[in-house]
Amino acid sequence: MRRAGPMRRGRGAALRRTALQAGAVAALLLGALIGGAPGAGAVEPDEMLDDPALEERAREVSADLRCVVCQNESIDESNADMARDMRILVRDRLLAGDSNEDVKQYLVDRYGDFVLLRPPFKPTTWLLWLGPALILAGGGIAAWSFYRRRAAEAPAVPAALSDREQARLRALLDDADGGTGDTDRADGAGDMDRAGPGGRA
Amino acid sequence: MSRKIVFLLPLLVVVVLLVFFAVGLRMDPRNLPSALLDRPLPAFTLAGLPDRPQPLTGPDQLTGEVALVNFFGSWCVACVQEHPMLNRIQAEDVAPLHGIAFKDEPAATTRFLARHGDPYDRVGYDTTNRIAIEFGVTGAPETFVIDKAGVIRHKHVGPITEDVWANTLRPLIEDLQKP
Repeated sequence: MRRAGPMRRGRGAALRRTALQAGAVAALLLGALIGGAPGAGAVEPDEMLDDPALEERAREVSADLRCVVCQNESIDESNADMARDMRILVRDRLLAGDSNEDVKQYLVDRYGDFVLLRPPFKPTTWLLWLGPALILAGGGIAAWSFYRRRAAEAPAVPAALSDREQARLRALLDDADGGTGDTDRADGAGDMDRAGPGGRA
Repeated sequence: MSRKIVFLLPLLVVVVLLVFFAVGLRMDPRNLPSALLDRPLPAFTLAGLPDRPQPLTGPDQLTGEVALVNFFGSWCVACVQEHPMLNRIQAEDVAPLHGIAFKDEPAATTRFLARHGDPYDRVGYDTTNRIAIEFGVTGAPETFVIDKAGVIRHKHVGPITEDVWANTLRPLIEDLQKP
């Protein structure tokens, strides 16, 4: 019992430390979220252009270009050496008088459409762009036809029992055992379902 | 009967998805088709290495015969791994093998070649940090096969292995060398 004291205190300290660590991680994540908002990037001061309007355009173009080394970052966000070279190239092209589209085309000519983070809309990418709409439409049609068929199939008023069903029902009611000998297998489960409410009506 | 098909449909969709995943997971996302395939060499200007004859300075040196152009750098670990194969390719003497050193220091490149062997006919040294972008290179090593007309016919990403050399590059070079 005497040893439980320090032990508990140790556990308390550990808990407090864990809570502190969790708090620090949360703060970091929050910071990353806020810091990750537009404005942040990997652009180093020495890369920036003097003309703010041109620099703004460079940022815009860079955000659409994939870093070919890291693959899922734009060159604007990536710290890779290759991304830096590409950022500088983008700025050089803009300084040389290229339009934003010209700069992108320059890189597409060398790296293919892969270098664009937003795939262009063209025959080979139709399925990619229209796929989700097609799947949604397909699902919609399937659901519509399913409900329409179900509405058509379900009769408003259950059909009356046939003589045969009446006889069977009577036999079942008379015979508490459930009657194995005289049940007519040909009736099937579907008929059995309808027998319930029909019999009561 | 049509009811059964409706019930089988989800299973079918899952099977199709699994096939897509199985194929997709086997594909290397780093293995990109070169946008420069079947296009003439881009314009470029390179420097030579100090104290090394036979510099590769421009695309005009790459026309007239089928050639291999290998992008390398002393910083590149995979290049060290590839180098013995390059030495062998040079020894087989099927086609000239040129090297382009990029994102490197001339002294470091020279040291690299002294240490691992110099398999290149010509070596160009990039001072602009542009050559990789001009060739659509995403890393090192990468190797291009250039035909007699100076058109890029093939790009191999990553180290050339014995298998790649024997089954892809060498047959392609021999095919391109036919008059």
